[in-house]
Amino acid sequence: MNAIDAKKATGIGASVPRKEDFRFITGNGHYTDDINRQGQAHAYFVRSPHAHATIDAIDFADALDAPGVISVLTGKDVAADGLGGLICGWLVHSRDGSPMKTGAHPVLALSHVRYVGHHVAVVIAETAAQAKDAAELVNVSYGELASVTAVADAQAPGAPQVHAEAPRNTSFEWELGDRAAVEAAFRNAARVVSLDIANNRLIPNAMEPRAAIGEYDKGSGIYTLYTTSQNPHVARLVLSAFIGVAPENKLRVIAPDVGGGFGSKIFIYAEETVCVWASKKVGRPVKWVAERSESFVSDAHGRDHQTHAELALDATGKMLGLRVKTTANLGAYLQLFSASVPTYLYATLLSGQYDLPAIYCQVDGVLTHTAPVDAYRGAGRPEATYVIERLVETAAREMGMDPAEFRRKNFIRKFPHQTPVIMAYDTGDFDASLNEACRLIDYANFPARKAEALARGMRRGIGFSTYIEACGIAPSAAIGTLGAGVGLWESAEVRVNPTGSVEVMTGAHSHGQGHETTFAQLVSDRLGIPIENVEIVHGDTDKVQFGMGTYGSRSGAVGMSAIQVALDKVITKARKIAAHVLEAGEGDIVFEDGRFSVVGTDRGLAFAELALQAYTGHKFPTSEIEPGLKETSFYDPTNFTFPAGCHIAEVEVDPATGIVRVVKFVAVDDFGNVINPMIVEGQVHGGVAQGIGQALLEKAVYDPDTGQLLTGSFMDYCMPRADDLPSFDVGMTVTPAPSNPLGIKGCGEAGAIGSPAAIINAITDALGIREIAMPVTPERAWRAANGL
Amino acid sequence: MTVVAMQVNGKQVSADVEPRTLLVHYLRENLQLTGTHVGCDTSQCGACVVHVDGKAVKSCTVLAVQAAGAQVRTIEGLADGDRLHPVQAAFKEHHGLQCGFCTPGMIMTAVDMLRRIPRPDETTIRHELEGNFCRCTGYHNIVKAIKAASEVL
Repeated sequence: MNAIDAKKATGIGASVPRKEDFRFITGNGHYTDDINRQGQAHAYFVRSPHAHATIDAIDFADALDAPGVISVLTGKDVAADGLGGLICGWLVHSRDGSPMKTGAHPVLALSHVRYVGHHVAVVIAETAAQAKDAAELVNVSYGELASVTAVADAQAPGAPQVHAEAPRNTSFEWELGDRAAVEAAFRNAARVVSLDIANNRLIPNAMEPRAAIGEYDKGSGIYTLYTTSQNPHVARLVLSAFIGVAPENKLRVIAPDVGGGFGSKIFIYAEETVCVWASKKVGRPVKWVAERSESFVSDAHGRDHQTHAELALDATGKMLGLRVKTTANLGAYLQLFSASVPTYLYATLLSGQYDLPAIYCQVDGVLTHTAPVDAYRGAGRPEATYVIERLVETAAREMGMDPAEFRRKNFIRKFPHQTPVIMAYDTGDFDASLNEACRLIDYANFPARKAEALARGMRRGIGFSTYIEACGIAPSAAIGTLGAGVGLWESAEVRVNPTGSVEVMTGAHSHGQGHETTFAQLVSDRLGIPIENVEIVHGDTDKVQFGMGTYGSRSGAVGMSAIQVALDKVITKARKIAAHVLEAGEGDIVFEDGRFSVVGTDRGLAFAELALQAYTGHKFPTSEIEPGLKETSFYDPTNFTFPAGCHIAEVEVDPATGIVRVVKFVAVDDFGNVINPMIVEGQVHGGVAQGIGQALLEKAVYDPDTGQLLTGSFMDYCMPRADDLPSFDVGMTVTPAPSNPLGIKGCGEAGAIGSPAAIINAITDALGIREIAMPVTPERAWRAANGL
Repeated sequence: MTVVAMQVNGKQVSADVEPRTLLVHYLRENLQLTGTHVGCDTSQCGACVVHVDGKAVKSCTVLAVQAAGAQVRTIEGLADGDRLHPVQAAFKEHHGLQCGFCTPGMIMTAVDMLRRIPRPDETTIRHELEGNFCRCTGYHNIVKAIKAASEVL
């Protein structure tokens, strides 16, 4: 294949089949549970059966005597070894300037348990079965206390308190926007549309349960942790600097193949911490693998907002102001990103795609006796989109306006556009995605389809969601001012080998996103070398310099930009070397299609030949140009990126059964420049499926009296299955992102962000009702359809 | 402890296990065939699907002793040397996997489906997949891959 055909087949913009697939389709992946360390022992965690209780005593004598048991460790052992607690990495302040309030988060519960599933002790034994058997013999005496689990109940007078440090269970009372401007807008409004909205609590449920193996080498003093993490370097930093399990330079963290994360594998949890810590104590590697029912109670949950929102409009349907009050459930403890999700990742998107001059949002972050709530696909942006797109659709209907026309009337068309809520949108074309989505779903003929359905006794409806989100997180100084404890740049090391093959060590982590292919496409395209000659290395802190990991749809925009800058440096140095080797001036060297040539001649060097020259150092002055060819970049983006698009859902509700069928789902998204369209579409499919899951099927339910998690397994928590979903119609429009050298906006979360509002807007249209709560189970739809 | 013997991927194997050992753990831990995965504890997710005597079975819900004397095929035994099974090849061609964790079970279910129903339509494929969860792909490309494989098998 010649160089130009190769570029088309495997370069930027090509739908290249994935390089990583072979090991997954043949059962040769290396997920953490597939890894076994010599002499390993197994851990099983004793967890609280109560939502709120004191820990009065832990009697584990019988457990220690059980077959195969090596050790039983509790919070007292953690405290005796002086370990720090689990941390929140983002500090948010209340309106009055005071910092957010929360209690300590010990690695193993010490005086209190604060949610069902809270980790109390760990049993370490020769086999996993023995550890689990012995855990039943650990006798914890609890002093049961009353609990509160619902977000709406947390601040009620007399509600049981989660942490003494946070009176009224209120961690923060935060605000954003201009209250006075909004009050003025509402005073001048011709119409106010208001909604009370619940954003239902979800459980990420990546298909691979969390797992960890901790190991300590007593000869060298080096710890190794295998962990199902989206960000191994961050884990290494947190474990060393904050929890203090090991010095940073004596801790290797490996996130091998990881089976999905969606945000739930960002946090540095108790379990992997205990595995590292305990491995030194017991002198054996310690392995832990979550059972699914454990995952349900102990993985970070998502969403769980209660919101009252009001939209002020003039008589023609132009939006004048938006006022939002949200109460966000944080769970029992703050986690790594927890505080940012319902604040800076939420309220800053409330302008949507609209020219909304005044916005004011108040968010109370409340603590409850439930699993901690943290980032889950979209992290704040699905919640914001749901609020604004439900208001917009409702307003359009109340004013008798077509929902597409209503949106067009309010679209932002001039960029850059400074919203009233921090975000400055740099580029976009909202009409393009709306128009294309309308074309794909054949919006013009919807009335005929609705009538045809009615003739069959079915109620058909159509719903829009024109979303925008902020991702590609994030410019470091900017998020530092917003309270983040870290910078959100990304790193890349492009290492050219003497044989001309290339390794790229990236600080991003692939747990389904296909980086081993897409990152290789970029390198292959720019260096003009076959994609087979490019290896992408990630997930091992021994191999890869510090990186921030993968979440917030950042790996394309930030991770690939780091590779792009490193490639620039490689090419710059290579051209200098080529000039010497080819005995020409540097200005006469052309690098194209993998070849360095002297302009106007047929003298040249293939990339691999240049690489060998770089490493032999025979033909260039090594006092001026160092031998070797390896360059690094730590890339900090200049802005968030702003993917945006239009989702349209068409549903049919059977009034006899309440079953909601998604007949058609169209997603037209602007992700800027796209490296691999097939992979990008796959991200949209997966995100939309999760969004439809939120709208129709999923809800994490805690019993209000006992605080028990009722949806504690796949029996009771309804995951989307193949026959719950249609095939999707996905289109793309492009306005390249100006904030990174590749023009990439990112695509990992958008599907989950836009879709819930589209579905609910379609159902309310189908049934001719104003509101309905997510998830729209058949019972809910049936009641609504029949006025019950 | 009890000795359990069976044929796995054409090879006669035997191990001494506790009677309560699940087939999936026998495969993963005693035989080091870690391609079959455990994704849940209530038999819903399908990550553990293997073939026992030619039929798709959830290996998390079968005791190893129940498979004594049976012919078991796991994902590792699907390809013919270097030649991928058409279902495996279709999953790669049509991007029917992202994180890969559900993939072995999904492929084994698909192979069994196509054995029983050679030309399934989309509705049938989706219905036949109700015992296999995927959180990454939204099933769109899985359905596409199975349809494509059905056309070459």
